Amino acid sequence: MIDFLKIVAKNRLAAFGGILLLIIITLSILAPILPLKEPNITNTADRFMVPFEGGHILGTDHLGRDLLSRLLWGTQLSLAVGFAAAFIAATFGSILGAIAGFYGQKTDNIIMRFIDMLMAFPYILLALAIVAALGPGLFNALIAVALVNIPFFARNIRGVTVTLANKEFIEAARLSGMSNFRILIVEIFPNLLPMIVIAMSTTVGWMILETAGLSFLGLGSQPPQADLGSMLGEARSALITNPHTSFVPGIMIFCIVMGINLFGDGVRDALDPRLKKGSLIRPLPQTIYEGGDTQPQPSTKLLSVQNLSTQFHVNQDIYQSSNDVSFEIQEGECLGLIGESGSGKSVTALSITSLVASPPGVIKKGSVNYKNQNLLALPYEELRSIRGNKISYIFQDPLTTLHPLHTIGDQLLEALQAHDSELSASESISKSKELLKSVQIPNPDNLWDVYPHQLSGGMRQRVCIAMALINDPELIIADEPTTALDVTVQAQILNILNSLRKERKLSILFISHDFGVISQLCDRVIVMYAGSIVEEGPVKNIMQQAAHPYTSELIKCVPQLGNKEHALYSIPGNPPSLNQLPEGCAFANRCKYKQDQCLKESVPVSSKDNRSYKCFYPVGGVA
Amino acid sequence: MNALEAINLSKTYSATDGFFIKNKKNIRAVNDISFTLKENQTLGIVGESGCGKSTLARMLVGLLEPTSGTINLQDKNINQYQRQELGRVIQYVFQDPLSSLNPRKTIYQSLAAPLKYLHQHDHTQIKEKMLSIMSEVGLKEEFLDRYPHEFSGGQAQRIGIARALLADAKILILDEPVSALDVSIQSQVLNLLNDLKRKFHLSFIVISHDLAVVENISDEIAVMYFGDIVEHNSSQKIFQSPHHPYTELLVGSVPTLNKQFADIQTKHTELPDPANPPSGCSFYSRCNYRSDKCQNNKTPINSAQKTPFVSCFHPL
Repeated sequence: MIDFLKIVAKNRLAAFGGILLLIIITLSILAPILPLKEPNITNTADRFMVPFEGGHILGTDHLGRDLLSRLLWGTQLSLAVGFAAAFIAATFGSILGAIAGFYGQKTDNIIMRFIDMLMAFPYILLALAIVAALGPGLFNALIAVALVNIPFFARNIRGVTVTLANKEFIEAARLSGMSNFRILIVEIFPNLLPMIVIAMSTTVGWMILETAGLSFLGLGSQPPQADLGSMLGEARSALITNPHTSFVPGIMIFCIVMGINLFGDGVRDALDPRLKKGSLIRPLPQTIYEGGDTQPQPSTKLLSVQNLSTQFHVNQDIYQSSNDVSFEIQEGECLGLIGESGSGKSVTALSITSLVASPPGVIKKGSVNYKNQNLLALPYEELRSIRGNKISYIFQDPLTTLHPLHTIGDQLLEALQAHDSELSASESISKSKELLKSVQIPNPDNLWDVYPHQLSGGMRQRVCIAMALINDPELIIADEPTTALDVTVQAQILNILNSLRKERKLSILFISHDFGVISQLCDRVIVMYAGSIVEEGPVKNIMQQAAHPYTSELIKCVPQLGNKEHALYSIPGNPPSLNQLPEGCAFANRCKYKQDQCLKESVPVSSKDNRSYKCFYPVGGVA
Repeated sequence: MNALEAINLSKTYSATDGFFIKNKKNIRAVNDISFTLKENQTLGIVGESGCGKSTLARMLVGLLEPTSGTINLQDKNINQYQRQELGRVIQYVFQDPLSSLNPRKTIYQSLAAPLKYLHQHDHTQIKEKMLSIMSEVGLKEEFLDRYPHEFSGGQAQRIGIARALLADAKILILDEPVSALDVSIQSQVLNLLNDLKRKFHLSFIVISHDLAVVENISDEIAVMYFGDIVEHNSSQKIFQSPHHPYTELLVGSVPTLNKQFADIQTKHTELPDPANPPSGCSFYSRCNYRSDKCQNNKTPINSAQKTPFVSCFHPL
């Protein structure tokens, strides 16, 4: 609760609204014990006194009643009615919505058609009709306002319930023997609660206005009882001659609704899970780089990553995702980057063209030498001409990379023309179709007018590869491009990448968690563990004889089919978390060969021939 | 006694083209399949996405109604079980361990549900039973007060398994039990499952796209393609000497150490349209060994539930 208020308070407008609201509520609650004049005692001799005249701080109204006293008592009443209406509407609306959403089918149909009917009437007309039927009075106005707001809650909550009802944890509850009713109460309701609170916080202000509206028309509170709407209504005839009688309740309504809305927005932002994840925080187009003007070491290779360190700053924690990482890629080479989830392999790959979301990501130090310039320090405009152009990416999930509302043909054309505006329309079309053929799509014309969701995963990934090829890149960074695909499809995609690389002399940085895939495709491999490179060398040599114990264990984990006796292998324990990396070797707590030295000292990199490893006691006779 | 028996099980989903177009389509998901799970055995079901294996799993635990066919659990028809009775016989371990736990409930609340509603245990019984099962699956007592998001994938999967065990059901359906986990952790969970099976006399159906996982844990394996079981054999033999061309293709596609590219088939990999299934063998268009007979004749189905079985006119 305290944390929640802290989040709300971070939003200054919300804090302001909250404080304003708190003051108003406190004052109105204190009305009975404050030294106020009686609100309903008329004294026509003192009518229309201006503020501060005759001991009336806010003046008097047309019957000589004290305005301050009437204002505070009226506010109390208006707030009470508004909140009560919101509560009633939320309760009944949510119950109806939850039942409709959970039970579905006929129940859903009947309830929602009834709700639709309520919504078909203009709401003020409906409220008027209800009051007309029940007779004027504050209680009836309350019922009317609550009733016309039920559809709003019912529709919102039904939508959320439908999504929840199809979740796996609901099925799990069903298998645990819970009855439908109990599932609704015990499993679904707690998940609805934040939504209900959000909906309430944004509608309370509106309901106070509506009740005031009914009272203004004389259908709500009856004289002499004061609420804000009836005060306004009674002051209407004196609007020109004695404006203060209208201003006093008017400004109060304004302050209440303003305060509620500002505070309600803050509550919504704090409770909404989407906002919590930071999806509304727009990351910078380029990762923050704190390496200043680090000059990279000269290199003869296509790309040289030098001492790259990328961190994530989340609250007070620093996650060291990529820790002093250095490697090089030659022209036409396929370099594998292997590691388990959380080993920092993707962050390393994204850091190359400053694609790490920032905030919270920061490139702390290091450099990337591409054609004798430091990619990390390039201004955004220059970086853009390289990113996606000379260095392009293929990601794991092609559905998130392709635009769902544009056809494949349009997307290819757009990508082509964005980077080369001189291309004519017919040239672009024929070039795009050629690209599709090069990724073994036999008949590109069939694909041209198709939307991404109509394609299978394998076809989508081929389109993504074609898009990555559009500007004749020198380096393709493929981040687990086949992990989401079936094995037979994976085999094809790997084949395509392999032949493209041979035909076009492409360099590929291939990221994977699967040694089997890497061994098929790559020349050299880098093994990452807990943010650091632990071993590097030609795939064949490492397969034969790994130097680092982690590499050798990881190779043992690759399954062998058709040999049931070969039990699946696992490495005991779990990797350390990246915000609490140990002092010595990060793998030590899972390592069979660890010594005291491994726990205490940081491990240097040893190199021999074309291999290197980060271990005091390498295995396989490599040292 | 058989733990589970599926006889001529089919599921078709019906879909309409749009609100105004009343053109009903039948989408075929599972097509006339039969198999038996013996007690204390593990049956593996492998197949790629879209082959109907998840639909099958959900029918077996009563979350989906089959279009036709029969499911017998411990020699009694599934329709004769009450919901709670069913939960005491068969349980399901979900593919995504995190989304099968209510995000707003502690692990204690999630794990207590089967004991409370299936077995009507009181508080002390619940606690006692829970702690003994948690130590079996390698979970610590202090986890009980935590919420699902505080767990890693491996731990969450153990919680899912613990919940199924707490229901005290003897048949478990495991849907992709380790696919959310890193390779170095996968076999920790698989070994745990094997130990539990022996200790509690369980029978498993393991559904996965990962051939190695299924081979490791199963006694028998059925390969599914496009809603059909195309091959069914013992786990020692099925991948060592595949008889169906599709099984051969699957085995050949798995990336293993030191495999060369030339071995891999690169023909198109698209599945047939499930709304308009082919009249003959559904693997016809991708098959290297096809003949005219395959195009128009229905391939055999395993109604007699024999093993080995292969649904092919030209088995290898």
